[in-house]
Amino acid sequence: MPINRHPIRFTIATTLLGLALPAMANPDPDDWQSVVAQAEGQTVYWNAWGGDTRTNRYIDWVAEQMQAQYGVDVEHVKLDDTGSAVARVLGEKQAGNHDEGSIDLIWINGENFAAMRDNDLLFGPFAEALPHFALTNADENPEVVTDFTLPTEGYESPWGKAQITFYYDSAQTETPPKDIQSLLAWARANPGQFSYPRIPDFTGSTFLKQALIELTEQDEALYQPLSESDFETVTEPLWTYLDALHPHLWRSGRSFPDSGPHLRTLMSDGELSLAFSFYPTDAAVAVMEYELPDSVRSYVLEGGTLGNVHFVAIPYNSPHKAGAMVLANYLLSTEAQAEKQSLAMWGDHSVLDINQLDTDAQALFEQGDRHPSELPADALSNTLPEPHPSWMTALQDAWLERYGVN
Amino acid sequence: MLRLAPALIIALLVLPVAAGLLMVLLPAFGYLPALGGHGGSLAPWQMLFAQPGLWRSVAVSFTSGLVSAAIALVIVVLFLAASRGTWLDRSIRRLVSPLLAIPHAAIAFGFAFLIAPSGLLARLISPSLTGWERPPDALIINDPWGLSLIAGLVLKEVPFLLLMSLAALPQLVPEKRLMLARSLGYSPTIAWLKTVLPSLYPLIRLPVYAVIAYATSVVDMALILGPTLPPTLSVSILRWFNDPDISHRFMASAAAVLQLGVTIAALLCWWLLEQLTRLLARGWLTNGSRQRGEIALRVVGRSALLFASITALAALVGLGLFSLAGFWRFPELLPQMLTLDHWQRSGPMLVTPLVNTALIGLISTTLATALVLTTLENEHRQHIQPRRALWLLYLPLLVPQIAFLFGLIVAAESLGVRPQLGLVIAGHLLFVLPYVYLSLAEAYRRLDPRWLQVARSLGVSRSAAFWKVRLPLLLAPLLTAFAVGLAVSIGQYLPTQLLGAGRVTTVTTEAVALAAGSNRRLIGVWALVQAGLPLIGFMLALGLPRLLGSHRRELAT
Repeated sequence: MPINRHPIRFTIATTLLGLALPAMANPDPDDWQSVVAQAEGQTVYWNAWGGDTRTNRYIDWVAEQMQAQYGVDVEHVKLDDTGSAVARVLGEKQAGNHDEGSIDLIWINGENFAAMRDNDLLFGPFAEALPHFALTNADENPEVVTDFTLPTEGYESPWGKAQITFYYDSAQTETPPKDIQSLLAWARANPGQFSYPRIPDFTGSTFLKQALIELTEQDEALYQPLSESDFETVTEPLWTYLDALHPHLWRSGRSFPDSGPHLRTLMSDGELSLAFSFYPTDAAVAVMEYELPDSVRSYVLEGGTLGNVHFVAIPYNSPHKAGAMVLANYLLSTEAQAEKQSLAMWGDHSVLDINQLDTDAQALFEQGDRHPSELPADALSNTLPEPHPSWMTALQDAWLERYGVN
Repeated sequence: MLRLAPALIIALLVLPVAAGLLMVLLPAFGYLPALGGHGGSLAPWQMLFAQPGLWRSVAVSFTSGLVSAAIALVIVVLFLAASRGTWLDRSIRRLVSPLLAIPHAAIAFGFAFLIAPSGLLARLISPSLTGWERPPDALIINDPWGLSLIAGLVLKEVPFLLLMSLAALPQLVPEKRLMLARSLGYSPTIAWLKTVLPSLYPLIRLPVYAVIAYATSVVDMALILGPTLPPTLSVSILRWFNDPDISHRFMASAAAVLQLGVTIAALLCWWLLEQLTRLLARGWLTNGSRQRGEIALRVVGRSALLFASITALAALVGLGLFSLAGFWRFPELLPQMLTLDHWQRSGPMLVTPLVNTALIGLISTTLATALVLTTLENEHRQHIQPRRALWLLYLPLLVPQIAFLFGLIVAAESLGVRPQLGLVIAGHLLFVLPYVYLSLAEAYRRLDPRWLQVARSLGVSRSAAFWKVRLPLLLAPLLTAFAVGLAVSIGQYLPTQLLGAGRVTTVTTEAVALAAGSNRRLIGVWALVQAGLPLIGFMLALGLPRLLGSHRRELAT
């Protein structure tokens, strides 16, 4: 045997390897004890969209819990666009920075996840090894392991659930539109009182997809990569629709709100009478915080609305992967999920399979009586799945091409 | 040691700008091995020119820079001409430094709250005068012409140009010129315009150029007030640099070079306008007309600057109101209830950004002040005439931030320097140093040399004379320069955001980050904190000399 011929050299080599390993090696998610031990004292830079004060205060709360329970310091790096974090990791990889990256955890889904997977920028698989992952009951709930039609394969861990929900001021509007076609008629009758966020904002882009799904006859094509169909033919009805809709929007479509929360502010100012949000509880929370009048009501379009799960992922060059995994696991705990779902904190729906939890844990998610501005309990049953991520970027580019210069 | 100071300053200011520009120029032509670009290619430019709305972006950047600078300059010049010695003059002089200290983003937010269709002004006249029960559907903020951006820029440029003019004026001895002109029968405003302005303008020329360069490439204010479809060139560049598609990086570099071109073109255009004005004004200066236009000029001169200052103050009041507002529907002028909720909720989140802001501001300003003092002391001891190197000092203010900061990061990365607090401080130094120098140099040079001669004749060494005589005598201007430096550092958005990789948060980066969420109440809180910090600095700068120097008051100049 060749190894035995040079026992000393072999020993030196393995010793050196052993010395080098602790610094270089990635933590093994299957050895959870050592992950937790390694995480202690680490600082996790969590890059997350910072455009909404509710998510920000929830992340702040999580940071406090992480410090108290695991000795992990969580720093929220507030992004205005998740794409910039993807660009940063890609830039670091190109510059040869393979183990001292500046990002430890990213709040991500859809086309950004697809872009990071394409460029091999993610660490994993780790998600299914997280102790709390079992609570999601992924076998019964495939949406927690599917991101815009792509299997996540353990490269991102589910965090929350969103679904397009419309809301209106019942004091100003009696019959809100129940589908995309009647929205156009409504906008004609109520000019200047509806809008959607400027592309490439993700809430705005989701509105495009919602409209496209309702308008096109070729729904199946949307769930395949873009390259397999003719973009022009499939999206033709969308552009005709938008051309007709834009003159009746807020500011006659010459300017668009910056983001989903901006829609809320415009509702609050009385500039809009109909708006939508990715968070089904958005309007109720806003009423509770004096942002919206209590005459506001929420509803979902009749044919169902787009919904998706959002995730957290770890860049391949994160120097604090153990801390990031402990954080991802904590985000899946019943405690953290219940706090996230509470209207007083954020109101983002849980990814856990609540019926499978024990009674004590289920009780955490009880919120008492429904807020009058909230959706009825069964309203979210009709969820439309997200199209393939390639459609999102193509739609954004086409929108900017058509409407980017007014 | 002392002799090295000027070289050190120049190196500190010029090298990073040059390195940053180089690392933007190379990728603009397809060369950046770290990102997989190896050859000279025009592809980034072709991609750039194919972007929808590019020329509109360019046009808005170009005109908003030129127009805002022109308006601000006219306002300042007419004010100086028309208000000498009035109560207005005295109160504005007291107000100018605090107004200068308010960061761009805070002014932009407050101004937006003021002029928005659902803003304070519309509420003031609704529904009584307008009949509006709901806000009008009018595109005021983010208008495609950049008019609200221009107005916001003017609000910030006026105090800067005024302060620079006030600093330059004494050396022209305007009283003598005016007295002579008045004795020849010229009315006061005309006299000032004909005898003082022609000598003043060359002295404030560089600050005017800095204003144009800044205004053509500003990011934070353009994000808040500027057009959106398409945005200004600077905002587009920021978006392209942050795009996950790596080919956008090369295009963004090309766009950064284009931004440099736009700024240079704006400066050239201004220079041509200068020449034209000189030709056209020659006749007017010497035509002997002594009275014509006096009244109109005086009215405009006094009211325009007053109006600008009141607008800026009203913007701050608006921020304050929103930060305390409970439910507040249009068209109510005041909130239905006031609450401290927003302040209490933001309290804990303010801590880290406040600590960072203070740390970065204090360290960069201390370094800058020390460097400026050594340079000035060296200049004094070597009897060097200033001026020649001044252009280099202005380099970081004349080259658009967005044109070289991204390159600077690439340069730093290739030297193994990762984005972090230290890099942010170094970045701030680039912009703090020139301002500290500008605020301090004049007072330093004008200090009566006999004080030091007396000290030396009493056997005091040079350095002891510096520490014991010069510094105490210069305490007031020194503290003011320090406060200016702090204010500049506190207001920096782009360098903090880019050089800190978003990980170093200051009140400014947090306030701008909140803009997307557009929760006016929270923006009110953060923008007020942002505006309050430099004000504290200025109050200390004004108050400290009185406290410390009371026993040598008779020495203070």
